[in-house]
Amino acid sequence: MATTDPAADAVLPEDGAGETDGIRFEGVVKRFGDNVVLRELDFSVAPGERVTLIGPSGSGKTTILRLLMTLEKVDDGIIYVDGRSLSHMKRGDRLVPADERYLRGIRSDIGMVFQQFNLFPNMPVLRNVTEAPTHVLGLSKDEANERARGLLDLVGLADKADSHPSRLSGGQQQRVAIARALAMQPKILLLDEVTSALDPELVAGVLDVLRDIANETDITMLCVTHEMGFARDVSNRVLMFDEGQIVEEGTPEKIFSAPENQRTQDFLHAVLDQR
Amino acid sequence: MIWDWHFAGKILPDLLRGLVVTIEATLLGYAVALVLGLVWAILRRSPSRIVSQVVRWVVEFIRSTPLLVQLFFLFFALPSLGLTFSALVTGVVGLGLHYSSYTSEVYRAGIADVPVGQWEAATALNLPRRRVWFGVVLPQAVRKVIPTLGNYLIAMFKDSPLLLAITVPEMLHSAYDVGAKSLRFLEPITIVGVLFVIVSVLSSVLLRRLEFRYGNN
Repeated sequence: MATTDPAADAVLPEDGAGETDGIRFEGVVKRFGDNVVLRELDFSVAPGERVTLIGPSGSGKTTILRLLMTLEKVDDGIIYVDGRSLSHMKRGDRLVPADERYLRGIRSDIGMVFQQFNLFPNMPVLRNVTEAPTHVLGLSKDEANERARGLLDLVGLADKADSHPSRLSGGQQQRVAIARALAMQPKILLLDEVTSALDPELVAGVLDVLRDIANETDITMLCVTHEMGFARDVSNRVLMFDEGQIVEEGTPEKIFSAPENQRTQDFLHAVLDQR
Repeated sequence: MIWDWHFAGKILPDLLRGLVVTIEATLLGYAVALVLGLVWAILRRSPSRIVSQVVRWVVEFIRSTPLLVQLFFLFFALPSLGLTFSALVTGVVGLGLHYSSYTSEVYRAGIADVPVGQWEAATALNLPRRRVWFGVVLPQAVRKVIPTLGNYLIAMFKDSPLLLAITVPEMLHSAYDVGAKSLRFLEPITIVGVLFVIVSVLSSVLLRRLEFRYGNN
């Protein structure tokens, strides 16, 4: 099977290629039908770095997070997470398509928070947070409960442990979702427009929690957001996307105060005018 | 011919014994249909295309052939292949197998109704496949389809007289025996009809309650 896969030969890396820590995209192409979402994208994120992805909708930012979470597959190119390719794995001397077990190993380092929270509505809040630690990490019920209560305390919802997700506000649900992702102690946290579905008055609470996490941990964060204030506060680097490519990147100070690219300027004008 | 209450009273115990068999066969067959239907529905979602397609056509085949033909096949044709089961076991398997093709579609609709975000959250948390099904997806999917599944219990109950054809001593079978012996069919068949109505109505009321408890929300 493996040798008949044309991609296997194409992606054979030289020894040491991609063997760096952190995240690396090499020539990544993603299409949905005729629509090219990412075109030959190259970039990398160092461990512990906080990177914000901005740009008009449809520019491919969310797709990048979904590719990293293995919810989508690349059409071409390679993504490395700590030197491991998301599409192929070594078997002996050959590269074969990544199987589920291999991907599970990579996924265990990555957590994701979604725009629509996606809490499990059939479980109370506490079990939403303990479900994966017990069934994936093999924690005992007591250990998992203790960890979950600690995290719920961190996101300010210690008193909601036994509530049903449907009884919580959007902001509270999203904070539970953050606790749920952190319970797996990922090295990389993906935040996909986590405040976009929230009523305006609930946004600040969620962002405060994320600021705390950014300040108190060394977790790598990739963040797709339209909250420019938040992006300025937490990120080391901002990537401006348009039409599936990075059109400008730099420190938040540079991007927000002195953007050079016309499209960045236009985008920032449009976003800031809405406020 | 006039209705004979005395005769009706005399044959009632026989018919009630038949009713017990009918209910037994229905409940056991329903259990088979619920479990097997779930298995089909999960296999339809198998990452292996071969598995999902084979299951798809098996279910389609079961649903497109008449229950009576299936019962005849199981009872009269299988023994020539060396497989013999009692009439009741054959009846239960036949009913269950046939109705599993319907329940699997019900489950499938329920599963399709679970938002894709639930699957994605489960993947992001790295939950094992088993846990995704039994911890996340099925509890949400099944809850929504309980009323529809319940309707198939009653439909199956009403199909159970077909088991007469493979000599299961269910209620219609008892009525036929009584009639053949006494040459009076009015009372036994009428009583069968009335008993079917009573049990169906009682089950409907019960199901309505279940629906009320689980259906909404």
